[in-house]
Amino acid sequence: MVKSVLNALNIYWQARKPLAWAQLTHRKARLLAAMLGVAFANILIFTQLGLRAMLFEGVTLVPDHLRGDLFLVSAYAPNIDLGSFPRTFLYQADAVEGVASASPLYIGFADWVNPLDLNRPSPSADSPQSSFELFPTSVKVLAFNPTQPVLNIPAVNQQIDRLTAPGAVLYDRLGQEKLGPIPSLFRQQGGVSTLMNNRRVYVVGLFSLGSTLFDNGHVAMGDWTYAQWYGANFLEQVTVGCLTLEPGVDLEAARSRLQATLSPGVRVLTQVELAAAEQAFRASLPNGKVLNFGALMGFIVGLVIVYQVLYTDVSDHLPEYATLKAMGYSDSVLLRVILQEALILAVLGFIPGYCASYGVYYLLANITRIPLTMKTTVALQVFILTLVMCGISGAIAVHKLRSADPADVF
Amino acid sequence: MSPLVSIRQLTHTFGRGNLRRPVLTDICLDLAAGEIVILEGPSGSGKTTLLTLIGALRSVQTGSLQVFGQELRGARKTRLIKTRQQVGFIFQQHNLLSCLTAWENVSASLRLHSRIPKRAYRDRAVAMLNAVGLGEKVDAYPEKLSGGQKQRVAIARALVSSPRLVLADEPTSSLDRQSGREVVDIMQRLAREEGCTVLLVTHDNRILDIADRILSMEDGALDSNRYNMI
Repeated sequence: MVKSVLNALNIYWQARKPLAWAQLTHRKARLLAAMLGVAFANILIFTQLGLRAMLFEGVTLVPDHLRGDLFLVSAYAPNIDLGSFPRTFLYQADAVEGVASASPLYIGFADWVNPLDLNRPSPSADSPQSSFELFPTSVKVLAFNPTQPVLNIPAVNQQIDRLTAPGAVLYDRLGQEKLGPIPSLFRQQGGVSTLMNNRRVYVVGLFSLGSTLFDNGHVAMGDWTYAQWYGANFLEQVTVGCLTLEPGVDLEAARSRLQATLSPGVRVLTQVELAAAEQAFRASLPNGKVLNFGALMGFIVGLVIVYQVLYTDVSDHLPEYATLKAMGYSDSVLLRVILQEALILAVLGFIPGYCASYGVYYLLANITRIPLTMKTTVALQVFILTLVMCGISGAIAVHKLRSADPADVF
Repeated sequence: MSPLVSIRQLTHTFGRGNLRRPVLTDICLDLAAGEIVILEGPSGSGKTTLLTLIGALRSVQTGSLQVFGQELRGARKTRLIKTRQQVGFIFQQHNLLSCLTAWENVSASLRLHSRIPKRAYRDRAVAMLNAVGLGEKVDAYPEKLSGGQKQRVAIARALVSSPRLVLADEPTSSLDRQSGREVVDIMQRLAREEGCTVLLVTHDNRILDIADRILSMEDGALDSNRYNMI
């Protein structure tokens, strides 16, 4: 019973199956090679896009984790880290109708010493070269008033009370390894102490944010501690002003009121715009362009591979195609066969390519400790690129089909 | 009754300039419905060229060539393709698609006719394969078939859509004596049953006996045009 149903299904399929499918699947080894070719191209594109994403996603870590509806930044700052504006503007903004609160965020950089280096025995007299062993690493400091939390990171906000202690910092456990094994030391000792800008700091808690290609790690601290480091004058220069609006206030209306009140030296941005500005800044640097170029190279390599596969396939089957033409198949039908082959290859090759790239991403994220996830949008992007790639290859390979002269079959 | 194929003063040349060389000169020929005609002659005499012209695989240069009452000289490409669809071709090489089984190869010519429903493909193909004695090999791929069997599949493919005209170019040349004989016998029997016209090009004189009429060709001309027209 089952057998006869299967048999009937098979006959149903055989009468309808596209010739492209038959051509491709007849030679299993060749199909496998073709699939691997497409998959390889996919991995190349995915990796380049992944690296690119690392570059671009990482840079929006801070903007993405800010709390607020509108944000003030210096109009002259090329990006969020560089540039600040007088705190007076923040007070002005707070007075604008519809603004519920205005809280400052200070961003600075500090030299962080790996605590393991501090515990090393002091250099002995006979090896003077080793006396300069403390080589600090830069970390990004996020400072704010603990009573006005501006970070949207639950772990920070839960431990915010601890930041009032002098020299207290929260440490981002996704910081680069060269900053020291802070999370494990913290777990063992319940607290870690090290040097930051040559002052003693105490890690009183951990949070997760992530490092980027530009920032080794993040440290959150209270503004009072920040003032201890850089001097009270630094508190007058705000890096980002985080504004919360009163419920029901129209964002655009509030924005135009703010822009009208404030000096043109301050820009009012939404969170999305803040992140976009950060990405645009990085994209203007050579790094971004290099990786875009890498993705393009992957695309071209894939193009060549698929073209080779299809060209060989058409060449090998030229007498068969000529026969079909002689039987009365039109050029457009055969053209469709080649394009179908191209698209089938695109789909069949994408599946292993996607899976392998997933592994590559996992590996990259593990090695670099920069968050990298396979995004649906990127996967979709690569899939469409693959379709385009195979389509173009197919369109070029079709030219070979024209040399199939039906009169030659006799 | 008007002839199925009607050729008048057909001349065909290959090459250009100094290399220009006539292949067919002043051919006149009629093929009546239901007859089996053998065209013989030495190689290079233009037999195959004539066959490809009748099969609408080449464009007619000078003269008149009517197939199924349609003039092919100056015909559009779609007209040529339509004509090809109504002709059954049997080639010197079997030219089967290696990626398709025997019956799928046969149904490849059914796919050209939208009036034939897809669910009828298998039954028609199997019936045709039975008729050429390959009922056992319906689901076999060409690589599993002998030369004679492949040529019989090709015959089934040419005949399955009941064409009124079958053009065959040396169908026995790559076969041994016995399978060659089987192949032409099958062709003859099916042509009689279906009532289709067969034009068979060959220089294999062992099979001349199946013909109603034998034409011979030399240097691009039929030996005597008087007998060629009905």
